[in-house]
Amino acid sequence: MPTFQIKEESTVYDAIVVGSGAGGGMAGYILANAGLKVLMLEAGPFFDPAKDALQLRWPWESPRRGASTTRPFGDFDAAFGGWQIEGEPYSVEKGTEFEWFRARMLGGRTNHWGRISLRMGPDDFKPKDAITDEWPITYDEVKPFYDRVDRMIGIYGTVENLHNEPDGIFLKPPKPRLNEHYIMRGAKKSGVTIIPGRGSVLTEALPGNKDRGTCFYCGQCGRSCKVYGDFSSSSCLVIPAMKTGNLTVIDNAMVREVLSNEEGLATGVSYVNTKDMKEYAVKGKTIILGASACESARLMLNSKSKSHPGGIGNSSGLVGKYLHDSTGASISGFLPQLMDRTRYNEDGVGSVHIYSPWWLGDKKLDFARGYHIEYGGGMHMPSYGTFHGIQNYNHLAPRTDGLPQEAGGYGAALKKDYYRFYGSRVGMAGRGTAIARKENYCEIDPNRVDKFGIPVLKFNYKWSNEEIKQAKHMIDTFQEIMHNMGAVITSNIPGEEQLYGLEAPGKIIHEGGTTRMGNDPKTSVLNKWGQAHDCKNLYVVDAGPFVQQGDKNLTWTILALSMRTAEYILQEKNKLNS
Amino acid sequence: MNRRDSLKALGLIAAGSAAILTTDSCDSPSKNATATTEGDRLPGIQDYEYERTQKLLSEKYFDEHEMATIAVLADLILPKDENSPSATEVGVPDFIEFIVKDIPSHQLPMRGGLKWLDIYAQKKFGNTFIELKVENQTSILDEIAYPSKAKPEVSQGVSFFNLMRDLTSSGYFTTKEGIAYLGYVGNRPGVWNGVPEEVLKAHGFDEV
Repeated sequence: MPTFQIKEESTVYDAIVVGSGAGGGMAGYILANAGLKVLMLEAGPFFDPAKDALQLRWPWESPRRGASTTRPFGDFDAAFGGWQIEGEPYSVEKGTEFEWFRARMLGGRTNHWGRISLRMGPDDFKPKDAITDEWPITYDEVKPFYDRVDRMIGIYGTVENLHNEPDGIFLKPPKPRLNEHYIMRGAKKSGVTIIPGRGSVLTEALPGNKDRGTCFYCGQCGRSCKVYGDFSSSSCLVIPAMKTGNLTVIDNAMVREVLSNEEGLATGVSYVNTKDMKEYAVKGKTIILGASACESARLMLNSKSKSHPGGIGNSSGLVGKYLHDSTGASISGFLPQLMDRTRYNEDGVGSVHIYSPWWLGDKKLDFARGYHIEYGGGMHMPSYGTFHGIQNYNHLAPRTDGLPQEAGGYGAALKKDYYRFYGSRVGMAGRGTAIARKENYCEIDPNRVDKFGIPVLKFNYKWSNEEIKQAKHMIDTFQEIMHNMGAVITSNIPGEEQLYGLEAPGKIIHEGGTTRMGNDPKTSVLNKWGQAHDCKNLYVVDAGPFVQQGDKNLTWTILALSMRTAEYILQEKNKLNS
Repeated sequence: MNRRDSLKALGLIAAGSAAILTTDSCDSPSKNATATTEGDRLPGIQDYEYERTQKLLSEKYFDEHEMATIAVLADLILPKDENSPSATEVGVPDFIEFIVKDIPSHQLPMRGGLKWLDIYAQKKFGNTFIELKVENQTSILDEIAYPSKAKPEVSQGVSFFNLMRDLTSSGYFTTKEGIAYLGYVGNRPGVWNGVPEEVLKAHGFDEV
C-alpha cells in the first residue's frame, strides 16, 4: 500500500515568494539583492528566454505554421498555458462570463506580454468622479518606484506632459511604420491624440546593465527575447536574482495552501510537485503571494485554519471580490494606399510604436472613465491564417491589371491579390477602464477540484452599461479614424446585441482587484503596503492589490508596487533587528 | 550591452567580424538557424506539444484519392508562374493533411466538401473531379470560387472552396518560396530607422 507523506524541509527561509511573474519576480529580486534568503515557487517549468525562446524561427519550422492550436497566441508565442489548461479547470456562474488566462512557466505572462508599459496617473489613484473607491496611496507616493523601475528595466517613450499619463525616464522610441503614418493622419482629423508608444524594450543600451542586449528589431517580443532586449521577469529579475546566491527557485511547484500557526501568522506553504505528484512543506518568516490576482485569491481562500476560518487574509470577506479586467474592442481593414507597396523590413519592435492615450480627460460622456487605443498592421511575417477570408475583401480594391474584379477567386488573379494585399492590413483596439465592483468576483467552487485535488475557482462576472457604452464609443471612434485615413473596414461592425464587440471579461488578461488594498480592514484585504490586515507576515504583490486599474496596462504598476512592498518588508525586518 | 554584443550573443556575427547589418541585407538568415524539418524538436517546445505533434505525424487522415484531389485543387488555386512555384511544389497538400489532424474541426468540412465536389463533377461531367479535363474543372471552380455571384444551389461548394482556399494560402505563404513571393524581408536582426525617405515622400508624408 502506498504511503502518503509530506516532505518537510527544515530550512526556514526569510521569505517565500509564490509565483515568478512581474510581482513575484520583483519582490524576489529586491529581497535577494538585500541579502535575504528567499525561496521562489513556480507552478510551471523553468524558462530562460536565452535558450527557450522561439525567436527568429520561420513559419515552416512549425508543422502547424504558427497556428494557435496549443498556444493561444500561436505556435511560436512564449506563453506555456492559456485560457484552458488540461487538468486545471475553473467554473463560471450561469449567466455570467470570465476567461482566465494562466501562464505556467518561470516569468509567467511577462514572457509573452505586449511590453506596453504605462504608468497609472494621479486621477487613477484618486478618482475625481467618486464612482470607484480611492486607492490608499497617491501617484506621488508611487512615482519614485515607477522612476526606479524605468531605470532598472528600461522603457522607451517621449515626454509629453499629459496630466493623467505621467512621463517616465525614457529611452528613444521606435519611429512609426508607414501604416502608422496614415493612422496618425486619420486620428489627427478625428481629434484623437497619438503619441509615440511606451514599451519596455531596450532601443538603446541600458545604462549600468551588462547582462542585457539591445533590441535588434525583429518585432517578436511575444516570443520572448534571447538577448534579454525586452522585459520578462524570467530574464530581467529572477535569473539575475538567482546569481546573488540568495534566491532558490523550485519549479513545477503548485502551491496548495499557506500554512499558519495558532496566532494566525503565516509559517510557510505546502505544495505539490506537478511532475512526481509528491507533497512538500516549506517554512518561511514572510510569505509573499505573486501568483496572479485570481490564483493568489484562490490560494488565500483555500488556506483555512482555526485562526483564519474563511481563508487566510480574508476576515473582511473580500478576497476574490472587486475582480476587474480591462475592456477591449477592435476593428480592422486595409489601406488601399498600401496595396502593392514597396517592400522593406519594417518588423520594428514587438511592442507598440504609437498609441492614443485617453484624449477626452474627464469630459462628460455616457460612460465612466476612458480607454487608450493600440494600433496594428504592416508587413509582418506571414503565419497560419494571415490571408484567411480574402474572399471577404479582395473585391473592395480596384484592380488595373485586367484580371477579374470579384470576391474570392483562384489562380493567377488570386495569387496576385495575395501579393497586392500583403502589408496593407490595418487595425485598432481599445483597452479601457472596467469598473471594479464587489458584485464581480471569484470564489471557491464547492464541488470541483483540479488534478492536484485543489479546489478550483468559480467566476461571477457581468459587464455593466459603463463598459458596454465605452465599447460603443470605441467602435464609433475607430470607424471615424479608419474613414479619415482612407482605410476600408473589413470587419463586421458589432451592434448592440454583440455589446459593440466588447470582449468577454478576462480576454484582455488584465485581471486585478481580488485582494484590494485600503486603510479600513473591513473594506479591504491588504493595507497600503500590500500586507494582509489580518496576517502581518503575508503580502500580495500581483494585481490583486489594485483598488481600481486605469486604462493603463497594469504590469508597470505591479512592478512599482511590488518593489515598494519588498522595501517595506526590508524596513520592517530592520526595525525588528535594531 | 550594445546591439553588436546582442548579435554576438545570438551567434549571428563572429567576434571581430566587420560585417555591417542593414535592414535590407540580402543574406539568408535561415543559414544561421538550425536547419529543421517537420518533426525535429525545437528548444522551448513542451513535452506534451512534441508528443502530440509526433502522434499526429504518425497518423493518416485523407485517403489517396482525397490527397490527389487536394493536390489538383491547390494547384488550381495557386498555380506556378514565371516567378514562383505551384502549391504542390512547396508541399501544400502535406500541410493540409497535417493541419486537419491538428485542427480537427477542419476534418468534416474538408472530407465532406471533397465528396460534394466529386458528386457535383459526376453529375455535370460524368466523372470524379480529378478525372475531368482542366476546362471542366475550372468551369466548376467558376461556379464555387466567387461567393457573391455563386448560385444558391452550390452554396455548400462555396463554403468548401473558401476553406480550401484558406488552407492553401496558409500552406503556401508560410514556406520559404511563398515568403519570397510576398517579398517579406524581415525576421532578421537589423536596425529600424523608420520608413525609407523616398517611400514616405511617395505617400505624401514629409516627416522623416
